[in-house]
Amino acid sequence: MASQEILREEPSGSFVNDPKIRSLFFQTLVVVLLFGSVWWIVQNVIDNLQRLHIASGFGFLKGRAGFDISDTPIAYTSDSTYGRAIIVGLINTIIVAVAGIITATIIGFVIGVGRLSQNWLIRKICTVYVEIFRNIPPLLVIFFWYSGVLAVLPAPRDSFHLPFGSYLNQRGFYFPRTVWGEGSWLMLVAFVVALAMAWFVAHKARQRQMATGQQFPVFWTSVALIVGLPLLAFVLGGMPLTFDFPKQSTFNLTGGFQIKPEFLSLYLALSCYTAAFIAEIVRAGIRGVSKGQTEAAAALGLRSSPILRLVVVPQAMRIVIPPMTSQYLNLTKNSSLAIAIGYPDLTATAGTVLNQTGQAVEGVLIMMIAYLILSLVTSAVMNVVNARMALVER
Amino acid sequence: MQEHDTSWVRTEMALAEPAPAGVRGPLAWVRQNLVGSVGDTILTILGIIIVAWVLPQVINWAFINAQWTGPDRSVCATVAQGGIQPDGWSGACWAFVNAKFGQFMFGTYPVEERWRPILVAVLLVALLVPMLIPRVPRKGLNAILLFLVLPVVSFFLLSGGAFGLTQVETSRWGGLLVTLSLSFVGIVVSLPLGTVLALGRRSKMPIVKMLCVIFIEFVRGIPLITVLFFASVMLPLFLPAGVTFDKFLRALIGVSLFAAAYMAEVIRGGLQAIPKGQYEGADSLGLGYWQKMGLIVLPQALKLVIPAIVNTFIGMFKDTSLVLIISIFDLLGVVKQNLSDANWATPQTAKSGLVFAAFVFWLFCFGMSRYSMYTERRLDTGYKR
Amino acid sequence: MGSCIHTGKKIRVCLKTEKGLWVMKHIAIGIFGAATLGLMASAASAGTLDTVKAKGFIQCGVSTGLAGFSAPDDKGDWQGIDADFCRAVAAAVFGDGSKVKFTPLSAKERFTALQSGEVDILSRNTTWTINRDTALGLNFVGTTYYDGQGFMINAKKLPGVNSALQLSGAAVCVQSGTTTELNLADYFKANKMEYNPVVFEKLEEVNAAYDAGRCDVYTTDQSGLYGIRLTLGSPADHVVLPEIISKEPLGPAVRQGDDQWYHIVKWTYFALLDAEELGVTKANVDEMKNSPSPEIKRVLGQEADTKIGTDLGVSNDWVVNIVKAVGNYGEMFDRNVGSGSPLKIARGINALWTKGGLQYAPPIR
Repeated sequence: MASQEILREEPSGSFVNDPKIRSLFFQTLVVVLLFGSVWWIVQNVIDNLQRLHIASGFGFLKGRAGFDISDTPIAYTSDSTYGRAIIVGLINTIIVAVAGIITATIIGFVIGVGRLSQNWLIRKICTVYVEIFRNIPPLLVIFFWYSGVLAVLPAPRDSFHLPFGSYLNQRGFYFPRTVWGEGSWLMLVAFVVALAMAWFVAHKARQRQMATGQQFPVFWTSVALIVGLPLLAFVLGGMPLTFDFPKQSTFNLTGGFQIKPEFLSLYLALSCYTAAFIAEIVRAGIRGVSKGQTEAAAALGLRSSPILRLVVVPQAMRIVIPPMTSQYLNLTKNSSLAIAIGYPDLTATAGTVLNQTGQAVEGVLIMMIAYLILSLVTSAVMNVVNARMALVER
Repeated sequence: MQEHDTSWVRTEMALAEPAPAGVRGPLAWVRQNLVGSVGDTILTILGIIIVAWVLPQVINWAFINAQWTGPDRSVCATVAQGGIQPDGWSGACWAFVNAKFGQFMFGTYPVEERWRPILVAVLLVALLVPMLIPRVPRKGLNAILLFLVLPVVSFFLLSGGAFGLTQVETSRWGGLLVTLSLSFVGIVVSLPLGTVLALGRRSKMPIVKMLCVIFIEFVRGIPLITVLFFASVMLPLFLPAGVTFDKFLRALIGVSLFAAAYMAEVIRGGLQAIPKGQYEGADSLGLGYWQKMGLIVLPQALKLVIPAIVNTFIGMFKDTSLVLIISIFDLLGVVKQNLSDANWATPQTAKSGLVFAAFVFWLFCFGMSRYSMYTERRLDTGYKR
Repeated sequence: MGSCIHTGKKIRVCLKTEKGLWVMKHIAIGIFGAATLGLMASAASAGTLDTVKAKGFIQCGVSTGLAGFSAPDDKGDWQGIDADFCRAVAAAVFGDGSKVKFTPLSAKERFTALQSGEVDILSRNTTWTINRDTALGLNFVGTTYYDGQGFMINAKKLPGVNSALQLSGAAVCVQSGTTTELNLADYFKANKMEYNPVVFEKLEEVNAAYDAGRCDVYTTDQSGLYGIRLTLGSPADHVVLPEIISKEPLGPAVRQGDDQWYHIVKWTYFALLDAEELGVTKANVDEMKNSPSPEIKRVLGQEADTKIGTDLGVSNDWVVNIVKAVGNYGEMFDRNVGSGSPLKIARGINALWTKGGLQYAPPIR
């Protein structure tokens, strides 16, 4: 009681203790410090650039690059601009990231399920895989693949001949490039039409199931539509397809489509490395679905395959997707290690541009912003997926 | 009351019958775990094929055919490659690792001064081991020695230039020495910095909160390499003319800031898991903000996320290998650099060097992850009701 | 802490503690601010010569390892013509060639390191171009090595190739961010040939990839090719093609805006050349001090009341110190890349002008 009286007599001391004023004070302080240091840095940069007569600004992006890039998914020559070189790098990053994400997810699921297998041997093999790849740096994995690929594969003169006119050697994996002739647009149209029809069939089938409870084999119908219609168009269009086969020339194979060893090693390394983490996530996800769910589904008379498909996986996905997103982001960011083995990704091309123009500040800024955008887009896509998977409570 | 005749009730429990022969013993284990069904059997056979294909090759290469000592490349090269091994020989060239071991550990740190990093390592082990064993008392003092005193002492020991020690520039540091010092400093800096960032992100002051969010999300959105590039080519231009600081120090700052952003998210997870009652309880006791956080909330939150913190450490330890891209030679960097030594250039050298580096990294990371699992189990008991 | 709400007295104590905390925080902020100010204060920059003299050594930017130019030996000491040039400058400034510290720099870091003042001289087999002089804010002091870009192939695997014009369709290994990469693109374009670039960030990686057979051709400065050839698995298999496709004047560079330092570094280079021209060597430099030739006497600072050295900002016997530390240009060349080294590169255009080469120094007078 006494304390209350005293408290009433002495209301919260001076204004120093007013939380609002204190919060205002600290925030002002932070802002002042922040702006102070930013101003200081900007002044220094401007001063340094002027004093040392270093060029600045983003005008250099329009200059002629003058160097060649080994993997160019879009048209690029040494006459193209620096800006285009950076875009080539960005596209290469996206290609390797998307390919890596798909493969890592597949390997990760297999290994993750394997770790929960009834089979002791399979369980142990999967555990060894996870423990090895989780505990060594990704850069090392990349070096392993790269030196392995170069050491195991033969020189171009004694390439491995594979079926369908493909070759495998130190310079990469060569396979025939498809050359579409006249009339191939018909196939594209057919494909789009098939997609639309498949969606329509699925929609109708769901409506029918809701109304009558009768099911319709949506999956097989869709496959038939999506494969069948373009095939029909292909035959009708007079088979407008030829192949450009790789041929031996003085130094290398020419023609055909070439996947370079740098891409191959980076892609395989990133997939293997990230798969170990995805496996752990998948394992945790499946184990996170309580046994009661499986048993309840069985009690309802579902068989094991629908139990997995309709009960366990959708619930496991809810646990799996958020950590999976961060693994996808990690893979995208780790693709920047390409620089160590000479795959021309964003870091490598932006780095070369930085080096040729000497504009370090702009170069590093471009790199950072590009990765930031990539990360934000990946998280945004995964957030949409997550929202669709999330528990809808009624 | 009627006397019951209990003579028909057992006074002793019957001994349990052994399980039927079909579900015990090694045979049953095999049946259950390896050949339970047709699919299982196929998987087992596949597994055996994989193991039988890989394991002998690995053992042959790493142990049986391996060369452990030798003066130069000739011991690891076949006759056709100018060595002494028969054609078709394939084995690890541990002789290369053996010959370069000093460099792998210390880089080009002067040989006569190498007692200094060794002393630091001894001190580190002497302080770290009691820290990790829960039963050893005086954790507070130990922590102060390990996280505050040791870094300072190590700095003077390693770089010298004071107390009569000759100076050793950081450009001569290398190998495991660099890997460990980068990750240790990263750990020591990122934990408190991450805590501050996490608190800032949950702060009620909008500007502080916004700045923390921007910093954390920005750093987490970009790869470490760009941070290192930033530190190596951009940071020098941020400083006034004539003020520069060491490249190694810049890499340290880069790695620490990067780790701090990840650490902040981990700690935020812990903070979110603390029930509101704890905050309110602390408030009702009249504790100020720092008292509330320091004495009530953080101890609980940090304890909750210890496994995740260790995982972040493991990630950071692995990430230190990236400094080789900005020409700082950590363990992997030194190994890579020595691979181009003409004295040792054989087809086996690269594999052996990389396997050695992988093994060292693996040993540290695996050790850390096991320790984290152990603490997780130990701390778990505190929450059982 | 919890007990403080029980009595009024303790409330005040509590408040004081909080105030104490608050004050402490402010002291901490004050210290931080002061430290920042301190950092800014030290920023008031002096001339490079004064800074160098104050710290007692020259910070020299070198490559991460290129045999003959700058590469650490087994003990970690830097060897090579670029490293020796820095020693020569140290000898001129301090009279002691060992007062130099080396910073290995990648191609990407080199310019920022010089611009920001991390190094005082960039002596890192860097090609002198107009862009680097104007847009990058550097001042090249001269050409310590006249080089040109060449090609190396594995003659065993590619018999019959003896000219760069036969290389159409080849995979070419090259280091990124160099003038080499640009010349390569220009050369193949000009000769209407195709090629697959295989581009790496670091020289070691290019070496390893070429040695592993990832590419058919290795291109870099010809001097570099000779050095790299020695580090390959079987050097005898590889030949350097005769074509030189570019001019690569390699030389040290300093920052712009400090003429005194620029002069010291530039004249160190000229002094090395003049010493060779006058026949002053590491072995005979002490005898030469008493030479009857007025020119030698003048260059070596033995003239009465000479002010050549002090006007430059160094001591008058600076040339003697340079030659004592590293020898003259010819000796430096022979020891690191020429006949006295494993590289065995001929003097060629790097001979003195008196012997039909391009190395020509203005007179020291």
